[in-house]
Amino acid sequence: MATVQTPPSVELSSPGLTRGKLPRYAPVVLLVLSFAAVGGLFAALGSFSVPLTVFLGIILYAVVILVVTTFVEGARAARDRLATTLMYSAFGLAVVPLVSLLWTVLENGLERFNGYFLTTTMRGVFGGMDAGGAYHAIMGTLEITAFATVISVPIGMLTAIYLVEYGPKSKLGRGITFFVDVMTGIPSIVAGLFAYALFVLFFGPGVRMGAAGSVALAVLMIPVVVRASEEMLKLVPNELREAAYALGVPKWLTIVKVVLRTAAAGLVTGVMLAIARVIGETAPLLIVAGVVDSANFDLFEGRMMTLPVFVYGQYTQGLAPPGPDSIITINYDRAWAAALTLILIVMVLNLIARIIARIFSPKTGR
Amino acid sequence: MAKRLDISDLNIYYGDFLAVEGVSMAVEPRAVTAFIGPSGCGKSTVLRSLNRMHEVIPGAYIEGKIALDGEDLYGRDVDPVRVRRSIGMVFQRPNPFPTMSIHANVIAGMKLNNQRMSKAQADEVVETSLRGANLWSEVKDRLNKPGSSLSGGQQQRLCIARAIAVQPDVLLMDEPCSALDPISTLAIEDLIGKLKQDYTIVIVTHNMQQAARVSDQTAFFNLAGVGQPGKLIEMDATEKIFSNPNQKATEDYISGRFG
Repeated sequence: MATVQTPPSVELSSPGLTRGKLPRYAPVVLLVLSFAAVGGLFAALGSFSVPLTVFLGIILYAVVILVVTTFVEGARAARDRLATTLMYSAFGLAVVPLVSLLWTVLENGLERFNGYFLTTTMRGVFGGMDAGGAYHAIMGTLEITAFATVISVPIGMLTAIYLVEYGPKSKLGRGITFFVDVMTGIPSIVAGLFAYALFVLFFGPGVRMGAAGSVALAVLMIPVVVRASEEMLKLVPNELREAAYALGVPKWLTIVKVVLRTAAAGLVTGVMLAIARVIGETAPLLIVAGVVDSANFDLFEGRMMTLPVFVYGQYTQGLAPPGPDSIITINYDRAWAAALTLILIVMVLNLIARIIARIFSPKTGR
Repeated sequence: MAKRLDISDLNIYYGDFLAVEGVSMAVEPRAVTAFIGPSGCGKSTVLRSLNRMHEVIPGAYIEGKIALDGEDLYGRDVDPVRVRRSIGMVFQRPNPFPTMSIHANVIAGMKLNNQRMSKAQADEVVETSLRGANLWSEVKDRLNKPGSSLSGGQQQRLCIARAIAVQPDVLLMDEPCSALDPISTLAIEDLIGKLKQDYTIVIVTHNMQQAARVSDQTAFFNLAGVGQPGKLIEMDATEKIFSNPNQKATEDYISGRFG
C-alpha cells in the first residue's frame, strides 16, 4: 500500500469564511458616477457627445470597479466583476445594431404604414402621387412563402426522419448529410435561376409565376428544415422509442406518435426559422416571380409581386418628379413601410409559432 | 396468459462481438426468474433478446432458439412487433411518455397502435391496470396530470401498469428498482410477488437480496474477462443458489468474495 500523500497546503489570502462585501447598489452607483464624470468633463470642454460618453464611461467604470473590488472584496471577486462588465458590454454592443435597425425602420416606415397602405395596390399609381400600397406584395409574399413551406416541410422533415431513425450510419445517410450541407451554401440567385430553368421546361422561355418563386424558396428552405428537424429528433430520448417498441408498437407508429409528438415544439420552431430565412429573399423572386403593380392571387398564372421585390422596386425608382401635388420622397416612404410590414409579418409568425410550441411541449407540472 | 420460455444454445452478437455464448435455460410460467451476475456479463442482453428488443440496436443479432410455449420467437415469419405485444418489458429508468397524461400513458399500448376503444373500456383498463400496479389509490384523483408529474417510484409503477395493460404473457424487468429508493423498491417487490400469479416474470437485478426475496429461480451469469463473452454459469431454485450452489464461482459471487 502506498502511503497517502497529504496535498500541499494552499495559502489562502484571508483565513476564515468571511470577506468584505460591496453593497448591492455599488455597481449601479459607480456606473452612474463614471458616466457623470466623463460627461461632465466633456461638457466642461464644450464637446459633449452621447456615444463617446457611454464608451469612455464604461471603460472608466471597468477600471474603477476593478480597483474598488480588489481592495474591498479581493482579487477573485474583482476578476468576477470585470468578467461581468465585459459580458454586459458585449451584450449591449450586440443589441445596438438590432435596436438601431428597428428604430430606423419604425421611424421611416410608420409615416405611410396604415390601413390604406395595407389594402391598396400600385395599380394606376405613377410619379409622386399620394397613393398606392403594398396589398398585392403582401398577398404575394404570403402565398409564395406558404406554398414554399408546403413543398419543403414534408421533404425536409421526411429527410430528417430518415437521417435520424433509419440511416444514421448508412452510406446513404452520410451522403444526404453531405449534400444537405452543400445545399445550405447555394446562393439564392442560383436557386432562382434553377427554378426558372425548371419551369422553362414546362412552360417555355420567359415564364414568370408565383409557383416558380415558391420552388426557388423551397430549394433554400429544405436544408434549413432538415438541419433543424434533425437536431430536434436527436433530442428525443431513445428510452421513449424503446418504451414504445416494448409495447408492441411498430416503428413507423413509434416515429409518428412518440418521436414526432415529443419533438413537436422544436419542429415548429425549426420550421419558423426556415420561413424567416426565406421570407425576405429578393433575388430569386425578382427572377422568377417578376414585378407587377396589381394584385394576382393565382400562383400558377402570371407575375406576382412580393414584399422584398416591392421594397427593391420602390427604392430603385428614386425621387419622384416634382409637381404641384407630388411628394418627391414617396417611393422611399413606400419602401420603408413595406420593410416594416415584412418585419411585422415575421414577428407575428414567430409569436404564433411560440404559442403552438407552448401547447405542444411536454408538460412537467407537479 | 403466463407462458413458458425455453432458451437453447443462445449466442448473442453486437456486430462481430460475441456478447453472450451458449445459454440454455427454461423459464417457468407463473414464477419469477432472476438473472444475477457482474456488470457486462450479458444478463440484460439475454433479457432484451427474449422480446426481440436486442435487434433494435443496429448490427445486433442472435443465434440459437428461444421458444414461447414451443413457438419459436425467431422463426422466419415471426413478426417482432407481435412478439413484443405478448412479451412486455419494464426498463431500468422509468420512461413514461412525457407528452401524455397518466391515463393516456396506461393505455399507450392501445392508443399508439390506433386501437379503437370506448371511453368506458379505456377507463376500465386504466383502473384495472393501475390497481394491478398498486398505483390506483395514489393517482385516481389526478389521472389527467402528466405522467412525469409523479415521483420516480410512482413512474416506475406507471410503467408496469402500462406494460400489463396490454395483457402480455411474459413480463421482463431490467433492473426495475435500481433508480428507486428502498420504500419504492419495496412497493415494486410486493407488486412482483402479486403479479407472478398471472404472469411469467423475468427480472435482472444487481441486488442479490432482492433476487433472494422475490424470485423462485435464479440464474447466475459470469464472464471470464473483459472482451470475453458472458456465459450462464448455473441456474437453480433460488434457495439452492443462495445456500448451496453447485459452482464455486456462484458461491464466490453471492458471498461477495468475487474478483
